[in-house]
Parts: sequence; structure tokens; C-alpha cells
Amino acid sequence: MSRHTPLYEVHQSLGATLVDFAGWLMPLRYGSESAEHTTVRTAAGLFDLSHMGEVFVTGPEAGAALDYALVGEPGALQPGRARYTMICAPDGGVLDDLIVYRLAAEEFLVVPNAANADRVAGELIKRAAPYQAEVTDRSGEYALVAVQGPRAQELLATLTDADLPGLGYYTGLPGVVAGVQALIARTGYTGEDGFELFVANADAVPVWNALTEAGARPVGLSARDTLRLEAGMPLYGNELTADRTPFDAGLGRVVKFDKKGDFVGKTALAARQSPPERLVGLVARGRRVPRHGYAVVDEAGTVVGEVTSGAPSPSLGKPIAMAYVAAAVPENGGLAVDIRGTREPVDVVDLPFYRRKK
Amino acid sequence: MSTIPNELSYTKEHEWVAGLEDGLTVTVGITDYAANALGDVVYVQVPEAGDTVAAGDAVGEVESTKSVSDIYSPVSGEVVETNQAVVDDPSLVNSDPYGEGWLFRVRVDGEPSDLLTAEEYATLTAGENA
Repeated sequence: MSRHTPLYEVHQSLGATLVDFAGWLMPLRYGSESAEHTTVRTAAGLFDLSHMGEVFVTGPEAGAALDYALVGEPGALQPGRARYTMICAPDGGVLDDLIVYRLAAEEFLVVPNAANADRVAGELIKRAAPYQAEVTDRSGEYALVAVQGPRAQELLATLTDADLPGLGYYTGLPGVVAGVQALIARTGYTGEDGFELFVANADAVPVWNALTEAGARPVGLSARDTLRLEAGMPLYGNELTADRTPFDAGLGRVVKFDKKGDFVGKTALAARQSPPERLVGLVARGRRVPRHGYAVVDEAGTVVGEVTSGAPSPSLGKPIAMAYVAAAVPENGGLAVDIRGTREPVDVVDLPFYRRKK
Repeated sequence: MSTIPNELSYTKEHEWVAGLEDGLTVTVGITDYAANALGDVVYVQVPEAGDTVAAGDAVGEVESTKSVSDIYSPVSGEVVETNQAVVDDPSLVNSDPYGEGWLFRVRVDGEPSDLLTAEEYATLTAGENA
């Protein structure tokens, strides 16, 4: 039985196609997913992300506990700042990618993916045990609504007195939105400017309705996936798994070897900085779509890698994909993807596929 | 709610067949229900004119943002025409599945079997979740 977010009835009333995602019944799309994608690229889209986790870490040693538990250095953040980071296993494998917000000197909010929320909370409790820090999984108490796109600030500004222009990328502050208390964060997963609003479950519907009345259009998970793929952002379960390190995914910069003290995975990660495979972007020359699990082959037909995510890109008008390929494979090596038995040529490109105009 | 025109025949794989009553050449497409389930169709591959097809053969494919599905020929015979407009603009499958979104035409060889009436297809799709 799938769980429902506080916005479930709203999605139903909008006629959304609902699908199970990580144990939650979530909107896949409300109408045309291409139109929803374009809305986020050109105006402002509204997402229900209430399935994501909210784990609070508090106490005098909360920062030190997170510095040990994660590969990044949240303890060095100023209050109000946020970072993209990861939690790794002792062997260096990625258990989840996270955003950590430092809300106050002794208060952090860790946001894991829905599928990993229980595991991340459990690991944090274990890893923080020696520290003067308390880990509390409050995922069940919070809804998360994101407004993303070039018009996001203009729309949100009609509903809050918070200083949005002063709120930099990857910062967050408490504020009142449409009359309810929220943590307003300038973060997202779309490659556009935008905000994520953490509110109490009971406040989700009024905030959502206020944002749609202000002009934001609902966007489902299908468009969320094409938006993040165009932006070259990894998805846990696809590009990131317990078998992959941050270095495999080209995200070694999140690992802070120079921070004080030990952290979980440090020794293993130090030895895994030159992985045998690397994550690349692929653009198909034809119109068939390379999809998750399809083999990448070289000119001789030898399998040299595997697609982790693929979709038709609304912004490029071509199929795009991310794939792990052997590190030794040359970029212009005549690569192709085996699409149900047919070699379909692809070009290797730098990530991201799409970069917004500033 | 998807539309299921009464005058058409259907397959369990969500194709529709028009023109059976005239006997010779039928038009094939995919149903509104299937188009809704797929989402935005971005690529359509149809058989080529002149191809000989047998009922139940995978003869093409239809791709959306999230998935890809085979197109099965509902009838046996020779493909006599394909819809270049839908190849050029696959969104016609979503916007007009029973009209401009048709896929190909087959000169039927023998008596088609195993096709569903509109009523039977409605019963079938009522039991599935789009």
C-alpha cells in the first residue's frame, strides 16, 4: 500500500496520472509532460516533493557528527547555507545523495531521497551516537513543495515578505509564505532558478493553492526526470548506487579529504579516486531513445558501458542519456547504444546537456 | 476517460482497426487509451509499404518520454501505405489517435480473427490501470 502525501487529493482532483514511486503514490504527470517540462524552462512549475525525507541533527556536536557521517563538511557551513553532499558506506559506495541545510549553529536539516530516508536516518543515528548530537527523523511531519523556473522568484514574491533577491543559491531561511511558516530554500533539481519550501503537512494544500493561483503550473515526476537529466544531475538508483563512489559519477569534489578528523568511507574513497569507468553524456543521432540498462558498444560491437538514464530531451529535441563507460574508451570512438538489437550511433558530450541563461 | 469509437475493431495490445467492413484494406492505429497510458509520444516507427505482415507480428514501435512499446499488426496482409505525417510529428498519436494519428494501412489477406468489439475493448481497459 503506497503512502500518500498531504497533496494526494489535490493531484487526484487535477486528474494526475499517479504512480508508485519509492513507496509513495506520486503524480507522474498532470497532462502533457513535455508541456510541463517547458513550463519549468520558460515560466514556473510546481512540484510536490513531500515524499523526500527530513532528518534533523541537533546539539552542540551536530556539525562534528555530520562531518564524520558524510563525505562533505557541513560543520563548516554558516547558518543559512546549504550543500549538496553524500553519505557513503565504509567501502566508499554511495548510500544516498543529500542536501544538508545548516539552520542554526546547532541545528541541521538533512534531506535524503524518499527511497533512502529510513536508511539514511538509521545510519545517521548510528554514526552520531558518540557525539553530543541528536538525530530525529521528522519525514512524516513535513511536506515539501518546489517552485522552479525563471519566473519562480517573481511568483513567490507575491506570497512572502522574505528577502528573495537576497537569498543566494543554496541558502535557506525561515519565512512566511501565503500565511504559513516555511523554510524557504533556493535549491532545486531542474537546472533552473527556484525555491523549495518545507512546510508542516497541514500547510501543504494552502501553500500549493496559493502558488497555483499566483501562476505556477503543476509538474509531475516524468518532467522532473527529464529536467534533471538535461541538467546532468544524477539520480540515486540510476547514476548513484551502493556499488558506485562519488568519483565514479564525476562528483569527487563533494568528498572533503582535507576536513578535520576521520569520516565514514575515507580510506576506501582515497583508494578509489581513479575509477575504471566514468559517467558520460550521450546524445543520440537518431530518434530512438537509449534507456536505463541498455548496452553501450564500440565500433567493433564490444560492450564498453551501460546507460543509466535516458529520455527524449524536450530542450534539445533529441534523445539524451547518461552512461557509465570504460575510462579508456575514446570520446570520439564511434560509440553506439544497442537499442533492442540495433546499433544506434551516439555522440559523447560534456555534461550538462542544458545550462540556463543567467 | 478515453474514447473508444463503436465502429472500430480492437486488439488486446491496444491497436485499433478501421475499414474491415469494406473487406480489402484496413487502417491501423493505437487507441486513445494506449496514447494516454504512454504519455507524450516522441517517436513512431511504422512498417514499410510493401512489407508482408502477419497478425500478431511486432511491426513497429512507439516511444514516449517514459517508455517504449511494440506495435503489433492486428491483421495479416501487405502494408500498402504508411502515415508519414505521424512519423514527422508523433504527437498526432496523442492529439488525434483515431484520425491524423493513424499508422499504416494493410491489404488484408484472409479473414482477421481475434479482434475485439468496442464493447469488449472497453471491458478490457476498464480492468487495467492506465
